[in-house]
Amino acid sequence: MADSDCKKYLTLSGLEPLVVTPESNFVNVGERTNVTGSRKFLRLIKEEKYDEALEVARDQVDGGAQILDVNMDEGMLDGVYAMTTFLNLIASEPDIAKIPLMIDSSKWEIIEAGLRVAQGKCVVNSISLKEGEEEFKRQAKLVKRYGAAVIVMAFDETGQADTYQRRIEICKRSYDILVNEVNFPAQDIIFDPNIFPVATGMQEHRLNALDFFNATKWIRENLPYANVSGGVSNVSFSFRGNNTVREAMHSAFLFHAIKHGMNMGIVNPTMLEVYDEIDNELLELVEDVLFNRRCDATERLVDFAETVKDNKKEVDDAVQEWRNEPLQDRITHALVKGIDAFIVEDVEEARQASKRPLEVIEGNLMIGMNVVGDLFGSGKMFLPQVVKSARVMKKAVAYLQPYIEAEKDGKVEFAGKILMATVKGDVHDIGKNIVSVVLGCNNYEIVDLGVMVPPEKIIETAIKEKVDIIGLSGLITPSLDEMVYVSKEMEKKNLDIPLIIGGATTSRAHTSVKIAPNYKDTVVHINDASRAVTVVGELLQKDSQTYKDQIREEYDKFREQFLKRGKQKEYISIEQARKRKFKIDWNVSKIVKPKKLGIQIIDDFDITKLEEFIDWSPFFRSWDLHGKYPEILNDEVVGEQARELFKDAQELLKRIFDERLLKAKAIFGLFPANTVNDDDIEISSVSSSGVINNQEIFKFLTLRQQLKKREGVPNIALADFIAPKDSEIQDHMGCFCVSTGFGTEELAANFEADHDDYNSIMIKALADRLAEAYAEYLHKEVRINVWGYAEKENLSNEELIKESYKGIRPAPGYPACPDHLEKKTIWKLLKVEENIGVELTDSLAMWPAASVSGYYFANPESKYFGLGKITEDQLKDYAKRRSISEDEARKWLNPNLAE
Amino acid sequence: MPNINTEIQKRILVLDGAMGTMLQRYNFSEEDFRGERFKDYPSSLKGNNDLLSLTQPQAIADVHRLYFEAGADIVETNTFSGTTIAMADYNMEDLVYELNFESAKIAKKVAEEFTAVNPDKPRFVAGSIGPTNRTASLSPDVNRPEFRAITFEELRIAYKQQTEALIDGGVDVLLVETIFDTLNAKAALFAIEEVKEERNIDIPIMVSGTITDASGRTLSGQTVEAFLTSISHIPLLSVGFNCALGAEQLKPYLQRLSYETDFNTSAHPNAGLPNAFGEYDQTPEQMQALIEDYLKDGLINIIGGCCGTNPEHIKAIAEVAAKYQPRQLKVQV
Repeated sequence: MADSDCKKYLTLSGLEPLVVTPESNFVNVGERTNVTGSRKFLRLIKEEKYDEALEVARDQVDGGAQILDVNMDEGMLDGVYAMTTFLNLIASEPDIAKIPLMIDSSKWEIIEAGLRVAQGKCVVNSISLKEGEEEFKRQAKLVKRYGAAVIVMAFDETGQADTYQRRIEICKRSYDILVNEVNFPAQDIIFDPNIFPVATGMQEHRLNALDFFNATKWIRENLPYANVSGGVSNVSFSFRGNNTVREAMHSAFLFHAIKHGMNMGIVNPTMLEVYDEIDNELLELVEDVLFNRRCDATERLVDFAETVKDNKKEVDDAVQEWRNEPLQDRITHALVKGIDAFIVEDVEEARQASKRPLEVIEGNLMIGMNVVGDLFGSGKMFLPQVVKSARVMKKAVAYLQPYIEAEKDGKVEFAGKILMATVKGDVHDIGKNIVSVVLGCNNYEIVDLGVMVPPEKIIETAIKEKVDIIGLSGLITPSLDEMVYVSKEMEKKNLDIPLIIGGATTSRAHTSVKIAPNYKDTVVHINDASRAVTVVGELLQKDSQTYKDQIREEYDKFREQFLKRGKQKEYISIEQARKRKFKIDWNVSKIVKPKKLGIQIIDDFDITKLEEFIDWSPFFRSWDLHGKYPEILNDEVVGEQARELFKDAQELLKRIFDERLLKAKAIFGLFPANTVNDDDIEISSVSSSGVINNQEIFKFLTLRQQLKKREGVPNIALADFIAPKDSEIQDHMGCFCVSTGFGTEELAANFEADHDDYNSIMIKALADRLAEAYAEYLHKEVRINVWGYAEKENLSNEELIKESYKGIRPAPGYPACPDHLEKKTIWKLLKVEENIGVELTDSLAMWPAASVSGYYFANPESKYFGLGKITEDQLKDYAKRRSISEDEARKWLNPNLAE
Repeated sequence: MPNINTEIQKRILVLDGAMGTMLQRYNFSEEDFRGERFKDYPSSLKGNNDLLSLTQPQAIADVHRLYFEAGADIVETNTFSGTTIAMADYNMEDLVYELNFESAKIAKKVAEEFTAVNPDKPRFVAGSIGPTNRTASLSPDVNRPEFRAITFEELRIAYKQQTEALIDGGVDVLLVETIFDTLNAKAALFAIEEVKEERNIDIPIMVSGTITDASGRTLSGQTVEAFLTSISHIPLLSVGFNCALGAEQLKPYLQRLSYETDFNTSAHPNAGLPNAFGEYDQTPEQMQALIEDYLKDGLINIIGGCCGTNPEHIKAIAEVAAKYQPRQLKVQV
């Protein structure tokens, strides 16, 4: 595809584009973020003071730089690391990232590292024929593929071009290779024909400026669309320390270079005099040198320089204009621009002017944050900027915190405690963090659970921390459902904590229709951080009932409007679903009678046997390290952390084994069983002597899928995997409970007393893994030995984890059988608590926590599935079967009830 | 051999609509997603739409067929999440080649059926290359702005694998789409260029970015023009926008893009903005009217639909697209 003529301009981009047209005059490249040119910057990078290093970059942009040159070439630096880190940080600073980057290095790997982290079209500085044509072409091809423009140095195999002739020869040769052989767009080529010092006293340097001017002119006239750039400060190198002369030289050089066609350059704007304001005498002396107009030009300039030596201007960075504005304007500016360099100083000033430190937060800072909120709401600021604002806010609040505490006799008295979480499955927490910060600033204590927080953790923490309000956030649409689920879980767990919903896809409508009805306490939707403050304030005032009633009424009204238009998933009646059950041909199905019927207890188990059964992947997941074990140990991103964690886990596991820190217990039973009335499984108990007691009958109640399915796809219930009574075939099933949690709490408490939170969490995580491993181990024992239906099975741990075995061990509370009440039946049947001491809590969680209970199904056709939603008719039927009220049934099955 | 480069000069090409919206109609259950082959897979597979190319290939072919019947010239393969990065959610990294290869074959077969019936309207298959679920230029961790959950190199490798499989499966075009982070797209383009060079082939590339909100920028913060600049180093069949916005909200950005670029332009907007429940309720007629505004202004060379659109939408769009001339590229020298 041919390019049209009008597009033959160098076009670059950061977050915004930069088009270099003939009207652009001159593109100014900021050069202070260069370790070879700025000692200050080098020091900041070496000391990893990246915050301050970013301020150097910001100053460049504020000072008018249109491209930002970044150079990390220093022997003591890891250039690839420094370049990657710094450019990544710039990416989160929209004020800086708006302009294109110039990735400056003499090392190709550093250039490539830079190109790999920059989304915009950058400039590579530089490549040349120094290492020969092959390397030049290879690099040029990659530059093009990374989508960057390139600076080509006038440098070849024999050295740097230092005459007019050599300059144009090398540039011409480079151009021809790039355009004809590499297909490099001509407009993306920027030549640097070498700016060398003048007035050095060396005869051969007298033509340095003039040759540059002429070569520039030649390039612009003979190499179509190519651009010319150069590092201007080189020209005045011999006058280091004399800024008056240097600034004049820079201006004059630039003035003439631009006239000759240089359209880009690396210039320190603070080292630049305005051309028209250069002292006339000095200007003449400088131009004499640049154009080599007199034999004594150098001497005359040197003489003049002596006379202005003491006039040296302070080159400290000029105080930015906004620093002169009134206090509130400065604070607002800092918040809007996300500049934290002066915020402590400004906040201190505000604190001294206020009666109470809290007023600074409620007044000065909130005023600024409201501006941020308004700009964001109207699309004038975007997310990364708001995050920056939040960081400034945090810093300001952190500074004020000790004063606030001191004021209250060293005690932090919070106005309330608020739990914040981004719901499961969602990683977007910017909004949540902003709300957290803003609320934190209003003297609320924030318990921030982070992102991807499972509902259990939210509820558990809310209870544990006695929070006053729970805030849920999410950005992606599936998070809507997750929030519904959390609200239902909150109701299930009988919480009475107001719930706040926020995040990009949330809405008042969704909140009122789908969330509020699930939860008896107040549910409020907020759409911005500033409203969060009002809402939280209202909710936590002493007499908040009026407000709560008002919200409830509003939301009820809102809901009515939507009820008419709700779309429904299609469900079939429970009768129909039963007709569409999963059909096993019982005449041919292989039914194996257990070798040993009845209950068995394993009271003290050698826990070391479990090591090989541990599924480590969930362990890593519990620490937010995602990936499959063992590959995760070599993962590029989390590998190192994973290895460290694994090492620590192994150490603690060894202690657990060596010192017998945890005790494992198990109970299981295998019984004659048949399905009755489609969905119930009738169990005959078996006495300790192995005698079947047909008088003592237990019933497992299973739930059946009701979602309308395509022809041929069954509506499954677990009962389908057991032969029905009327088939007159005696089938069997089992159930079990294992625990490795005995001792966990004490150990965790000991660790906590030592302030060792790490191991306190670790022991819990390991106990959980061991419990799962025990369940796996026991299932295998049952399959191969006790029941013996899979005697020849020979599966590796990996295959076990993949559930490659025959038969299943579904657990109540999980997708195939979400009904936790079934645990009560298991407990009764096996006498779990009496026999091994595992208890059920009110909400039917097992205690100790590291426990697993479930059923055993042996039929080769049995499989794991998810129940999905069920409808009213099954609920009513279930309540009858369970002999409980419909209300109670509803409470337990709520997450699975279709609307 | 039909050639998309020549077809696009003759008329406005119509791209298909949403695959996900259509698949929702099937109400596939966990077992349906698993099929026989993955029935014992350890993790939940429901929602892994790309997997349906293996477990419910007929459904995928049927959706393609419906879109071709509605008048689409190009259908997208069911491979939006077909990278090792996106498939890691389901521990299905090893299946990536097969998913892409089979998806391409399914679409290609249907396309060939339609082309055979009506050779005057050749049908094409665009290999859909989605953004993955990670961003190379944004940190997922506010407190560690320098951190990245994915690197350019990781993306390049993943995209290369997807590209190779799509090409092996017979796609006519590669469509790098729903770009919310330009750096991800650049890694995809880098990978495609590598494949082109290694195999000494040329294959047209469509690029489609996503403007996420009222700021008029991509999620990674770029303006329309900056985005265009950042991806124009590779010869493209078309550049455009899709997703996130409806046709109405997308128009100003499309105008700017159309003004700036010499490539063909494309748009596949959503069926309006989602309502409070994440559903799209813009009707085919409403969308048709909005699209007609694009056409009147000569903004478009390729037009289709994204989230919430179905064959009725595409039919309406195809009807109106047939009435207008494609956008004219600036005079070439």
